[in-house]
Amino acid sequence: MPTTNLTTGIRDVAEGVRVIDIRGEITAFSDEEMSKAHEEAGDGAKAVVLNFTDLEYMNSGGIGLLVTTLIRAQRSGHALRAYGLSEHYQEIFNLTRLDEAISIFDDEASAVSGRRP
Amino acid sequence: MTEPRDRGNWAKPVNEFRVGETTGDAVIGNVEGRRPTGPLQGFGRLWQKTYQVLVPGHSPEEIISVWKERFGEFWPPSNKFYAPAAGLAPGEVALITGGRGPARVTTGVRVIYADERSWSYMTPEGHPWAAIITFSADEVDDDVTAVMIQLMVRANDPLYEVSFKLYTSRLEDKIWTHTLTQLAGHFGSDAPVEMAVNLIDKRRQWKQFGKIWKNSAIRTLLRRDRHVNARREAGTATPVPEEHPGEISKEESL
Repeated sequence: MPTTNLTTGIRDVAEGVRVIDIRGEITAFSDEEMSKAHEEAGDGAKAVVLNFTDLEYMNSGGIGLLVTTLIRAQRSGHALRAYGLSEHYQEIFNLTRLDEAISIFDDEASAVSGRRP
Repeated sequence: MTEPRDRGNWAKPVNEFRVGETTGDAVIGNVEGRRPTGPLQGFGRLWQKTYQVLVPGHSPEEIISVWKERFGEFWPPSNKFYAPAAGLAPGEVALITGGRGPARVTTGVRVIYADERSWSYMTPEGHPWAAIITFSADEVDDDVTAVMIQLMVRANDPLYEVSFKLYTSRLEDKIWTHTLTQLAGHFGSDAPVEMAVNLIDKRRQWKQFGKIWKNSAIRTLLRRDRHVNARREAGTATPVPEEHPGEISKEESL
């Protein structure tokens, strides 16, 4: 049975803002880990920031998982932002038009503030 | 930074679908120049539909290889799939004809991801779905492979949303159940197809209402999907750039 190679960590970085540090792979089998992290990070938050710096691999199942995570964020009423995407993964966000719904920032500070320099 | 191992599996982003040379009666007017749409675009509620069948005695790689090679052969007779010359590879565009009579629609899809165990495609504006559809196979037990089709779909416009409720949702179920039954049968399995449906987002995206003007079913009915084909034949169509996905070379149908 396929298993996930995804680990996550959650950090409080500002009032109402938490970062989920993503390490490893995002595929359809990462649902449980990602859901748990997002639920914890999103509890009472106004924004959740996804740190993709240590993302090693993502397939199209991973895109589906990010779509689901975004919908959960919208339902909870908090923003979902991202940083740390390599050029390759920024291209994938563009390809799948995920970048129209998840704001991408150059670094953690701007992702946390929600403002580009 | 190490090179990501999925780099070669993904297509490049495009602003518009571009279709290469076509054969037979492949109609491109509802695909050429259309923007890609995924599950975050589109008008209707967002559904995740999963169809699965178990196939003993064959590896995921073997099943996916055959499925990619002969994709259209496993479809119901009412649908026709025009495979790209390069096969179901990242960036390739395939054309589709579905339905009969006034319910007939010409459209297409673009492969956005492919590896040895899966591939996915996105749909263009005007297609019934704003969707990413993934075809995959994975081991679930010793010598048993689960073959899956997973759709993350919204109806692309209000008309499709109405027809989804009335008719096309069940039609979609029939198409993919038929496909997996045929595919499993090819590998000697008569296991039943299991289905699961989840409503991911019950909100409709009213800002996408205007997509109705690109509805492929209506354009097909009014035969406005054939204008690009006619312009190409007359030599008056805009030339296709050299770098483009999807040269169609063969027709696959039942």
